[in-house]
Amino acid sequence: MINYIYQLVAPGAFAIKYEEMDFGKDVVIKPRYMAICHADQRYYLGLRDQQVLNKKLPMALIHECCGEIVYDPSGTYGVGEKVALIPNVKGCEDPVIFENYASDARFLSSGSDGFLREYINLPVDRVVPCGKLSPKLAAVTEFVSVAAHSVRRFSVVSHERRDTIAVWGDGSLAFVMANILRLEFPESKIVVIGKNSRKLSYFSFIDETILADFIPDTFSCDHAFECCGGEGSYYAIEDIIRYIRPQGSVMLMGVSENRVAINTRDILEKGLTFVGSSRSGREDFEKAVACMQDRKFQKRLELIVYEDEKVNSVGDLHRVFQTDAQTPFKTVFEWGL
Amino acid sequence: MIFAGILAGGVGSRMNIADMPKQFLDLGGRPIVIHTLEKFLLNERIDEIYVGVHPSWLTHMESLVEKYIRIKRECVHIVEGGTDRNSTIMNIVDAIEAKHGSSEEHYIITHDSVRPFLTSRIINDNIDAVLKYKACDTVIPATDTIVVSEDGESISKIPVRDKMYQGQTPQSFQITLLRRLYEELNEAERGILTDACKIAVVRDHPVYLVQGEPSNMKLTTISDYNVAQAMVGGNFID
Repeated sequence: MINYIYQLVAPGAFAIKYEEMDFGKDVVIKPRYMAICHADQRYYLGLRDQQVLNKKLPMALIHECCGEIVYDPSGTYGVGEKVALIPNVKGCEDPVIFENYASDARFLSSGSDGFLREYINLPVDRVVPCGKLSPKLAAVTEFVSVAAHSVRRFSVVSHERRDTIAVWGDGSLAFVMANILRLEFPESKIVVIGKNSRKLSYFSFIDETILADFIPDTFSCDHAFECCGGEGSYYAIEDIIRYIRPQGSVMLMGVSENRVAINTRDILEKGLTFVGSSRSGREDFEKAVACMQDRKFQKRLELIVYEDEKVNSVGDLHRVFQTDAQTPFKTVFEWGL
Repeated sequence: MIFAGILAGGVGSRMNIADMPKQFLDLGGRPIVIHTLEKFLLNERIDEIYVGVHPSWLTHMESLVEKYIRIKRECVHIVEGGTDRNSTIMNIVDAIEAKHGSSEEHYIITHDSVRPFLTSRIINDNIDAVLKYKACDTVIPATDTIVVSEDGESISKIPVRDKMYQGQTPQSFQITLLRRLYEELNEAERGILTDACKIAVVRDHPVYLVQGEPSNMKLTTISDYNVAQAMVGGNFID
């Protein structure tokens, strides 16, 4: 079969690659719903370094996607079964290193074609059943799994005094992170620190929100999650180091194009642990799907997921990227191509 | 039920590269007709697929299905094609009704086997349109100016391009409607009306337009074939 792959060839320009697709060992999925990540938007808008663009493009974007099985030679899944797609392509099995950090792992939509395709073929362990979850929410499973992965690592590395856990950031990642922390650590006080009071008002389910410019001197936390990225990374890390208690763990999750100077003197003095957390693996996807069964979790997630019109053409693809640039949280869309 | 009818009845090759009908030529490692067939097999709304093949090539087609088709092989039926396009469609319709009976709820999505760049979006739009309007045709807006010449020597007229479209396939019909329209034609009309949608148009039955794709091209000539191979990154056979 000749498959259509919608590649970004230059910022703001898509072209179709036609690729012969064989029916071999892989499962074949018809993508149904997709979500746009900041990383996709940075490619689309040309905000990555020119050398990175030269190296990675042309490439199909999108790594957040759910779909339906149309072919599974292993018999694991039935035709029509709804699944979330894992964009991490595993390297060699390693009992120590998580699959998403393996040096020989690949990531679809960063160096390899992402999910903007007519049909998608993946190894059978790269799909996770998502049951009756609405496709609008199932599309952001990967996004939720990134937060689930961070919590998994946090649970292992952080000391057990977790009276107050703070999240720096007020965007989609901070929102999902706070949601999972609320589920996983119901006894902890969850505090979110952000710049935008309108966005902070969405965090009604946690104990306290604080404007970043007005953090009280008396504030402190046991551990912190940095979910800002970009230009905000520096200020967030600076504040975290100032307000966190000794021997706290700091989960770094925001992506910054720039190198960030950090106050190592105080990190040493407080004996802090900094953990980089990025992407996710199968176990995190399964955890994400489990969390998303929670009715309250679903309702909250729906608040930050904006569904744009269905994509039936390349022109529609441009529209959803433009919509996403103007919406504060996540943009999802039905895939009709 | 929704059926696909793949028209692979041709025996001629205008490719000048093989004696084999062009739908059986290789494209990216597999015969063109197999690419086309697989697009329909992956669509969960299509119940069964009928392929109309010239009697001389029936066995060859059966072998290709056996060799290449990994999914829903039981849904593929190969029938003898007729002497022209419409008679091949009617042979397919006869085979469908012989097995499933006649019903107002039966629809057929007919498609040229030599249009392997068909998309799932076009198939779905055809299904949506035929369920609603009973007849539809896949078209793309004409990009070149269309010139009409009655005598082949000078221009008779130049229609407004905005109203001109190029016909592609699929062409889709409610089967009972298609049969009724076809049976109303006399022999002379059947000889002239080689396009299934035209049968409906001359009987004033509305045919809905479905947006095609420029890439959904018909591989007719050697240059089409070369373009198709370049599109899938295959080797040129020239």
